[in-house]
Amino acid sequence: MASIIENKLKKEYSDKILEIYNFRGDLNIVIQPQDLLEICRYLKTDPELKLNFLSCVTAADYLGLREKRFEVIYILFSIQFHHRLIIKIRIDEGESISTLSSLWSTSNWQEREIYDMFGIKFADHPNLKRILMDDDWIGYPQRKDFPLTYEVPNFSYNKDEIDPRPKAPWRGDSDG
Amino acid sequence: MAKRDTMIINMGPQHPATHGVLRVRLELDGETIVDAEPIIGYLHTGIEKNMEAKTYSQAITMTDRMDYLAPMSNNLVYVGAVEKLMEVKVPPRAEYVRVIMAELTRLNSHLVWLGTHALDIGAMSMALYCFREREMITQMYEFVSGVRMMSSYFRVGGLAQDIPAGFDKRVKEILRVFPIKIDEYEGLLTDNRIWRKRTIGVGTISAEDAIDAGLSGPSLRASGVEWDIRKSDPYSYYDKFEFDIPTGKNGDVFDRYQVRVEEMRQSLRIISQAVESIPDGPYITEDRKIASPPKEEVLKGMEQLIHHFKLVVHGFQPPPGDVYFCIESPKGEIGCYLVSDGTKKPYRVHFRPPSFVNISALPRLVIGRMIADVIACIGSIDIVLGEIDR
Repeated sequence: MASIIENKLKKEYSDKILEIYNFRGDLNIVIQPQDLLEICRYLKTDPELKLNFLSCVTAADYLGLREKRFEVIYILFSIQFHHRLIIKIRIDEGESISTLSSLWSTSNWQEREIYDMFGIKFADHPNLKRILMDDDWIGYPQRKDFPLTYEVPNFSYNKDEIDPRPKAPWRGDSDG
Repeated sequence: MAKRDTMIINMGPQHPATHGVLRVRLELDGETIVDAEPIIGYLHTGIEKNMEAKTYSQAITMTDRMDYLAPMSNNLVYVGAVEKLMEVKVPPRAEYVRVIMAELTRLNSHLVWLGTHALDIGAMSMALYCFREREMITQMYEFVSGVRMMSSYFRVGGLAQDIPAGFDKRVKEILRVFPIKIDEYEGLLTDNRIWRKRTIGVGTISAEDAIDAGLSGPSLRASGVEWDIRKSDPYSYYDKFEFDIPTGKNGDVFDRYQVRVEEMRQSLRIISQAVESIPDGPYITEDRKIASPPKEEVLKGMEQLIHHFKLVVHGFQPPPGDVYFCIESPKGEIGCYLVSDGTKKPYRVHFRPPSFVNISALPRLVIGRMIADVIACIGSIDIVLGEIDR
């Protein structure tokens, strides 16, 4: 089923779409970070597509698996036509991506969560600060190189090797 | 021009009317709200991170603990995402039971919402009545899964166990009692002058703003948008049942109340259709690479024992890829974004929590209104902090 979204995108933005494929019934596209705002504005306003509902913004960390470390995922839905599109953007550590909060205010908090969990920066975001973790937290918990726990088990055989009060690495130098 | 003095007030995180550990930083001019900022994260437990360290089956237990008032909806979105990725075919009996249990979950969640919301606004008796009827549903949970709240009843490919004998009788008892009780709730509230004064015209949001803010579920439908994932994107067996999508007009607290109450009636309608026609057959898929064989067979047959052993030790391995699956939870669109790298543990799980998105729209509802309206607004968008913070 070549959907209308697929056809229209191929017609309008064939040079800007890196990949386009269907997986388990959902249409996925991969685009460059600099084209995000333009393509989203088009998808939102085009009368035949009307992908006017940004249901979800999330990210995944492909550390060591891909050339570009992070993938940011936008899931758009049309309340009128009931079709869905998944937009993916691959960026590397340190690269930033433009915010969608000018188009959908719902992306404000969801982008903050991504910043909090992955450290991905969103350019021009109105209020980019941590949302779930403490403000003084160091590190980004959802990254793959952030361990699930830092608790060192105290066994009798290696008692001498273990610092009796290991300091949690995500706390700064100030507290113990 | 002299700057007017404003005062900062923290509502929460231990305020009983914030439904958990939500803190709202309010800037007040007298009693009028100039600015409001919800501050969350007090209940963050790293559920998404923890799920990456568990096998697909083990991770189901964590989903209950997000929205603890609607555990089966969370189970359903997670197992649905895994099933979508693995292209599992769920037997009809399991799908029917899933629909019934998911709708009972909706009643459960809406009853707690109605009770606490009315309690916040001052109708204290509602809380007692709603929790009385909710008890029937928690007992139903215990009846099918053995647990009153954290049921983990849905499994990848079907259900954890078959429904016990007498299931339909108990469901029919709920179907008999609930319509009367819902009428009673409405009798207490809908035409109550105090209730109407506290809710009509309060926390109004237009359809356009609601879509922009990402509201979903009853909170969006109260603004007049007729969108329900059970209709637009039918999962499970929802396309087999007849029901209406109630919508409001003004998008105020009163409309959100009416939409939810009407939804409870529609849920009963779905359940009454489903319970009449639960088919016989297996309650979980017979694909032995996904679901363990019945225990009697495991004890007798070598091959079945191997399947059981492999599933317990290694779990199943979905093919690499990523999917997004969403359902209509009592609070709105709950979605699960799942990435598999082909191993037995999920590579990344993200939930699109409806409460998280809905609470982010709170400032729009309350700015310019009185401080007492904040309570009505928080109640009306129906949040659960366990789901917001995960």
